[in-house]
Amino acid sequence: MSYFSMSKLALKWVFTTPATTSYPFEPRIEIDGSRGWLVFTDDDCVYCNVCAKKCPTGALQVIRAEKTVTLDRLSCITCGCCVEVCPKDSLKLSSGHGTPQVTKGRESYQRKEG
Amino acid sequence: MSRTVIPFGPQHPVLPEPVHLDLVVEDEKVIEARPSIGFIHRGLEKLVEKKDYVEFVYVAERVCGICSFIHGQTYCQAIETIMDVKVPPRALYLRTVWGELSRIHSHLLWLGLMADAMGFESLFMHSWRVREKILNIIEATTGGRVIFGSCKIGGVRRDIEADAITRILKEIDEIEKDMRGITKVFLDDHSVKARLCGVGVLSKQDAYDLGCVGPMLRASGVSQDMRRLGYAAFSDIPVEPITRTEGDSYARCAVRCEELFQSVRIIRTALAKIPGGEIAIKVTGNPNGETITRTEQPRGEVIYHIKANATKNLQRFRVRTPTFANLPAMLSILPGCDLADVPVIVLTIDPCISCTER
Repeated sequence: MSYFSMSKLALKWVFTTPATTSYPFEPRIEIDGSRGWLVFTDDDCVYCNVCAKKCPTGALQVIRAEKTVTLDRLSCITCGCCVEVCPKDSLKLSSGHGTPQVTKGRESYQRKEG
Repeated sequence: MSRTVIPFGPQHPVLPEPVHLDLVVEDEKVIEARPSIGFIHRGLEKLVEKKDYVEFVYVAERVCGICSFIHGQTYCQAIETIMDVKVPPRALYLRTVWGELSRIHSHLLWLGLMADAMGFESLFMHSWRVREKILNIIEATTGGRVIFGSCKIGGVRRDIEADAITRILKEIDEIEKDMRGITKVFLDDHSVKARLCGVGVLSKQDAYDLGCVGPMLRASGVSQDMRRLGYAAFSDIPVEPITRTEGDSYARCAVRCEELFQSVRIIRTALAKIPGGEIAIKVTGNPNGETITRTEQPRGEVIYHIKANATKNLQRFRVRTPTFANLPAMLSILPGCDLADVPVIVLTIDPCISCTER
C-alpha cells in the first residue's frame, strides 16, 4: 500500500501540455482511414442502383430517370457498404466528418456532364 | 429501526446506463435490493425479420456501444458455423487483434468510471486519456472509434498493412507504459484500497452457483475464460485466465487491470505471428440450421443463439449478454453493504444495460 502514489503522475502532467485540444477553435486532426463523410466523386456514376440496394439503412436513393442520387445524411451510418460495392468508384468515405446536419431532408447529387 | 426504500437510478451520477434499484435500507445498511430494467429496450432481436443475415452484422455490432466489435464477431462466427465457412487465417488474427484492442478500451473506460465513482477525478481523466490513444489506433485501422464495422461474414473488411503493424506495436509500447502508471495507482494507492477492499465480497461457490461470467467470476477464484475455447486465433495463442481469490471489489478491479497487460501481450503475439493471404472469402447462399456461439467479451461470456431456415432472414436471434448473467450476483452482494458502497458495487460488475435489454 502506498500513499500519494498519484503524485508522480500528477506532477508530470503539471509540466506537460494538455492531452486535450481546444476544439472547435483548434480543428480535430483527421486520422487516415477513418470512415467519415460520404463523398460523391461523380463523373463515372452509371446509376446502376447497387449502392442504394446494399445500403443497410436506406439512406441512399438512385433516380435513374433524373440521373440523380440522393442521400439522407441523418440515416447514413458511414458503414462504407456503398463504397465497397460501387463498380465505378463514384463514392468514397473521406476521413473528415463534414459539417453537422441540422435539417431533415435529402441531399441530391447529379453527374457533371461533359 | 424502521426500514426506508431509497430509489437508486435510472439517472444517477455514477451510472453510465439506466438501471433502477429500489434499495431497502435500515439506517445506512442495505437490507434488500429490488431491480428493474427495461428503460432502453430497442427490439434489436426482432429486427432479424427486416434485415437480411448479411446486413444484420451492422445491427449485431450496435447491440453494445463498447464491446461492439466482439458482438459483430460473435454473430459472424455463428453464421460461419451454420454455413460451414472457412475464414482465412489472416482474418482470424485481425479479429483477435481488434477484439483485444476493444477489451483494452472497455477496461480503461471501466477503470475511469470506477475512479469517477470513488471521487478520484484525476485518475478518471488519466484512464480516459490513455483510452483515447487506443481509440486512435482503432480508428486508423478500422475507420470507426467504437463501431468498428470491420467484421463481415467470411472474414474482415480491412487489412492492417506491415508499416501500420510496426506503428501499432510502437504505440502499444507507449500505451503499456502509461497503463503501468495508472494501474499502479489502482492497485497500490491507500485511498483506492480503503474504498474497494472488502466491499461486495462474492465467494467462489456463490459466483459459480449464480452463473457469473468474466472478470466478476475470475475475481472470485474461478478460472474460466471463453478465449480458451480457441475461437479466432486463440487456438494458436494460449490464454491463461487471470484470477484472484478475494472476490471483493478490489479483486475485480485488479483482474481488469491485469487483463489490460494480458491483452497487450496477445496483441503483440498476434501481430508477430499474423499470417499472410486473403482477408475474406465470398459467402453465397442462405444459412440453414441452428447454432450457439460463445465468446469472451470484456465483461464476460456472451452467448449467441441463431436459428436459420434457408431464407435470407434469420428465424430467431437471441443474445445472452454478460451483464444479464452478472446481475443476480450483484443483487446477492448488495444486502448488508453500506449505502455509500452501492455505486461501487454496481460498477464492479461493469453493467452494460444496453446489451442486456438490446
